Amino acid sequence: MAESIPAVELEHVTKRFGNVVAVNDVTLRIAEGEFFSLLGPSGCGKTTTLRMIAGFEMPTAGVVRIRGQEMGETPPFKRPVNTVFQSYALFPHLTVAQNVAFGLEMQKVPRKEIKQRVAEALEMVRLPQMANRKPKQLSGGQRQRIALARALVNRPQVLLLDEPLGALDLKLRKAMQLELKALQSQVGITFIYVTHDQEEALTMSDRIAVMNEGRVYQVGTPREIYERPNSRFVADFIGETNFLTGRVEEVRGEQAVVLVDGTVRVVGTLTGPVSRGQEVTVAIRPEKLRLRPTGEVQGRVEELIYIGTDTRYVIRLTERSRLTVRTQNVGIGDSQRFRQGERVGLEWNDESALVLVE
Amino acid sequence: MQRVSGHRQKMEVFTLIFPALFWLTVFFAIPLLSIVVYSFLKKGLYGVLVWEFNLENYARFLDPLYFKVFGRSFAVAVLTTLGCLVIGYPLAAWLATRPTRFQGILLMLLMIPFWTNFLVRTYAWIVLLAREGFINTALMSLGVINEPLGMLYTQPAVIVGLVYGWVTDMVLPIYATMVGLDRSLLEAAQDLYANDLKTFTRVVLPLTMPGIVAGSILVFIPSMGAYVTPDLLGGGKVDMIGNLVQRQFGSAQDWPFGSAISCVLMAIMVIGTLIYFRISGGRER
Ligand SMILES: Nc1ncnc2c1ncn2[C@@H]1O[C@H](COP(=O)(O)OP(=O)(O)OP(=O)(O)O)[C@@H](O)[C@H]1O
Ligand SMILES: [Mg+2]
Repeated sequence: MAESIPAVELEHVTKRFGNVVAVNDVTLRIAEGEFFSLLGPSGCGKTTTLRMIAGFEMPTAGVVRIRGQEMGETPPFKRPVNTVFQSYALFPHLTVAQNVAFGLEMQKVPRKEIKQRVAEALEMVRLPQMANRKPKQLSGGQRQRIALARALVNRPQVLLLDEPLGALDLKLRKAMQLELKALQSQVGITFIYVTHDQEEALTMSDRIAVMNEGRVYQVGTPREIYERPNSRFVADFIGETNFLTGRVEEVRGEQAVVLVDGTVRVVGTLTGPVSRGQEVTVAIRPEKLRLRPTGEVQGRVEELIYIGTDTRYVIRLTERSRLTVRTQNVGIGDSQRFRQGERVGLEWNDESALVLVE
Repeated sequence: MQRVSGHRQKMEVFTLIFPALFWLTVFFAIPLLSIVVYSFLKKGLYGVLVWEFNLENYARFLDPLYFKVFGRSFAVAVLTTLGCLVIGYPLAAWLATRPTRFQGILLMLLMIPFWTNFLVRTYAWIVLLAREGFINTALMSLGVINEPLGMLYTQPAVIVGLVYGWVTDMVLPIYATMVGLDRSLLEAAQDLYANDLKTFTRVVLPLTMPGIVAGSILVFIPSMGAYVTPDLLGGGKVDMIGNLVQRQFGSAQDWPFGSAISCVLMAIMVIGTLIYFRISGGRER
């Protein structure tokens, strides 16, 4: 099968503001119809990346392509993309219907068609009765939906969303996540979604690019990002992870034996090439660890916290390292199987422990 | 529902002109009342007031001579307001888009000329515009013209002087609304296929309208009542209502008629302002 043209393509894109390198040599290929998220901590360059696609910023170096078309200095109003702004940026002097109609009017769509498409768009976000209100008379969630309708009514090839749910409270946020995701599969438009909320990115995205300090660390499906982080940063940023540091003692194909803190041997799966004696980090998610009465790797229960669905144990492994273990409370007695101060064995599948180089 | 926002916009305009309004109320309320009373009195010999109620003073307006002066004042005030708008709006926009740390200094620079006496500044215009003035001398030495231009003592000279005198009153309220303008709205317009011109006419202009309205009122009212500028730069050839009033209180010694002119002027301005509010508020609806 011939590779189809990506909806959006960034090739070695860099953006500098004076001395600050906001985006550093980013290369991304976002497929047609994909729900793609840019995820990373504050200041990592997510917004800047999005703004370069929209045309509000021009790259210092590199190329942005939309559907194969090189964008160069093309101004925002000539790009086939629309943006949902974090602050919504609804025009306060226009009614909801006028806001939604704005893009169509600018494109000189016939009046009759505008009317119909605005009605459809308001129907789609389930706010047809708000057409004649001003933005100030809407709630936060309603404004968010109008901002969405105002962008989608133009049927852009790509929709850019900059933390569109950031201003909503948690419950509304959760509901809107599902709604947005459903809407995206319904309209089939490519979504590029900026968020610093890893859970949001994991639940909504087809693929995620994890960014830090202007760089893209990893691109992959939520499962890949969570199960196979390629660096300490990604493992740490997504979900909860235990980190152990040690030296490689032996490499066995896809796996390596690592001597942690010079005392405990653990086996982990390689994520990149390593050599004997190299200093590495081993990452294991708390839910991947199992506690046994005894085992090859042993530790002492230091803390035990009952949190309803789970029990969390903090296990002292070596003088320098501790491990958090999460076990589901399936049976009533599960939370009382091990006691504080007790020596226990630790088990995990080899593929759950990742040997990280970066 | 829409009336609410129209009302809001009016409130915004009100807030912008409130300081001036407060000033006027406190310092002009009492003189104002006496003017109203005088306008119904009679003039005696040697400017003595005769306490006898009559409408004579108002009846005198039917003379076309006064109509003409009113018409000229109105035209000059409108042109002055437009002139201030044409200069003041881009200036306010430029100021508001400078880095924040420079804006205070730039505003100061804008105001510095206004620390000098108004008369001195008006005389400076005479120096510029006169037959042997700066502009004519410069143009003649450059060979652009052979004969000096007769610029001084014309209506345009009066308008130039008034625009110069009141342009800051236009800049400040517009600047205030510009600074409050959310930049992401401009980006949203651009994102929705509006080019720079459309972004301006569809988003910037309507959102800065309260500043334009406030500024226009602040310029129009003093221009309509001006008398120093038409006196000095118009040289008696461009009489405005202000000069008429001044003459009644001065050489003509006819305080009741002077008061009546003032009352008519005030009435026109109050009604005019109200209509202006209506129209500019109605634009949005
Ligand atoms: N116009 C600008 N001028 C100077 N520096 C800028 C500008 N815009 C962004 N930066 C800098 O570039 C870096 C990346 O900013 P960006 O807004 O892209 O981050 P972000 O990932 O969107 O963060 P957040 O989650 O806080 O929104 C930051 O260090 C920021 O200070
Ligand atoms: Mg951001």
